[in-house]
Amino acid sequence: MSRTMTIFKRELGAYFATPVAYVFIVIFLLLTGAFAFYVGGLYERGQADLEPFFRFHPWLYMLLIPAISMRLWSEERKTGTLELLMTLPISLVEAVIGKYLAAWCFTAIALGLTFPMWLTVNYLGDPDNTVIAAAYLGSLLLAGACLAIGSCISALTKNQVVAFVISFIICFAFNLSGFPLVLDLFDAWAPQAIVDVIASFSFLTHFESILKGVIDIRDIVFFATLISFWLYANVLAIEAKKSS
Amino acid sequence: MEKLIEVNGLHKHFGNLIAVDGIDLDVRRGEVLGFLGPNGAGKSTTMKMITGFLAPSAGSISVCGHDVLSDPIAAKTNIGYLPEGAPAYGEMTPGSFLDFIADIRGFSSGEKLNAIARAVERINLQSVLHQPIETLSKGFKRRVGLAQAILHDPEVLILDEPTDGLDPNQKHEVRSLIKDMAAEKAIVISTHILEEVDTVCSRAIIVANGRLLFSGTTSDLAAHSRYYNAVTLSVAAAESASAGRALGDIDGVADIEIAKTDAEYVRMTVIPTDKASIAGAIHHCIREHDWQIGELFVEPGRLDEVFRAITVEAHTPGEEART
Repeated sequence: MSRTMTIFKRELGAYFATPVAYVFIVIFLLLTGAFAFYVGGLYERGQADLEPFFRFHPWLYMLLIPAISMRLWSEERKTGTLELLMTLPISLVEAVIGKYLAAWCFTAIALGLTFPMWLTVNYLGDPDNTVIAAAYLGSLLLAGACLAIGSCISALTKNQVVAFVISFIICFAFNLSGFPLVLDLFDAWAPQAIVDVIASFSFLTHFESILKGVIDIRDIVFFATLISFWLYANVLAIEAKKSS
Repeated sequence: MEKLIEVNGLHKHFGNLIAVDGIDLDVRRGEVLGFLGPNGAGKSTTMKMITGFLAPSAGSISVCGHDVLSDPIAAKTNIGYLPEGAPAYGEMTPGSFLDFIADIRGFSSGEKLNAIARAVERINLQSVLHQPIETLSKGFKRRVGLAQAILHDPEVLILDEPTDGLDPNQKHEVRSLIKDMAAEKAIVISTHILEEVDTVCSRAIIVANGRLLFSGTTSDLAAHSRYYNAVTLSVAAAESASAGRALGDIDGVADIEIAKTDAEYVRMTVIPTDKASIAGAIHHCIREHDWQIGELFVEPGRLDEVFRAITVEAHTPGEEART
């Protein structure tokens, strides 16, 4: 556990040692704000809630999270530090979890910095703060799921751009899997049960129910399972690819 | 002396490519093993398997009594490893990098400061301790990698080309460092530089195409040279023709090679039959004829020539079939 924490600290420090962290945070705050006010109509709706703010998170994460996750393992492979890391007395699982948690913690920091949004609605009106807290939790889980996907993909390539694009596509597919764009592909030939399963993988469906303030254990389990699955695949990907 | 590294029947295949094809070796405490071979011979792959980065396709590896496959953490605890190219996290400073390595290696905070101070002093890193690693020169990057490898004072040190890219002074420093540590550790270094084997290694092995072709001390290796015990001398140009004939008539001389000719002297190497010592006979011959001699020395054996002979032989037919 302490070794996981060591990896975690180094990784988190690495974000802030380069301009990546600051660029990401500024872009993230600008975009979440812009979408909430100009597209979501947070102000014009006249309702004291943050729904227009959170509603765009799946779409923003789809683009921004791969930008954080792309360097997680591909950079280690490219610079050869993977060999250094894997010959230290640490297990691969500890390393994967440590690096993943650092990336997640970093997105939590970025998300946390949107607190003026929360202060604003509380100043302007009387929102249901438990709903907002639930939405923050949901948003964090969603970010965690995208990160687990991105982390796994970055272990498969030495090229960060490739990692970015593929992670983006997979997150996009998960966002849309409840939509006709994806479902129509399966509707024609797959049994209804399979179509339902695919639809149930949609980030949007699970995220939206949390957004309404309903923390259903099934949604939590969905995200937890998804994260575990992708991190497990991440471990396998590193094992398979480390010699190349 | 106890065996700290034991490797038996090591194989590694990458698809159809056979990188390592049945290597056995052991390294005892107090030994410095020089790992030689052409590029792509399987040196780095073997080192990667000993350090637990790659899993062998077949064979067993044990480090300090711990099996690298079944108990990797215990084995890795006893190994200090400098991977090829000395990779390190560029955005970190050597100070924070060593701090990170010490944390992973489980030092308590008190021991950590001592260990880092000791390694930094030994490797002479004081001047760059707070500069990002990516801004350092190649020599300093290599030294950061070395500091990382010796930080926990390991029983076994595996150094993949530790002096590659260093200037002659830095090479000398690294070699002295290896010699200083040799007594209480088992050290394996890979290198292309044959003189390095001569100066720091107590034993050398040569691999090519994944096979072990030679194992022995550096003087054994030198004794394989056709120049072993040969005598090189420079004779005044005017006397060189008669000298060549007279030397050729000495008993036990197999061949004479003319190495270099200039206006004043001709340098020739007299090669003995069966590597026997002919220095006395040649000395006698010189005194007898009273030639004008510019230089005179006995060859210790040319390592580069042995290296070429051993590894080029290995490139004979069969190679294409294996790649």
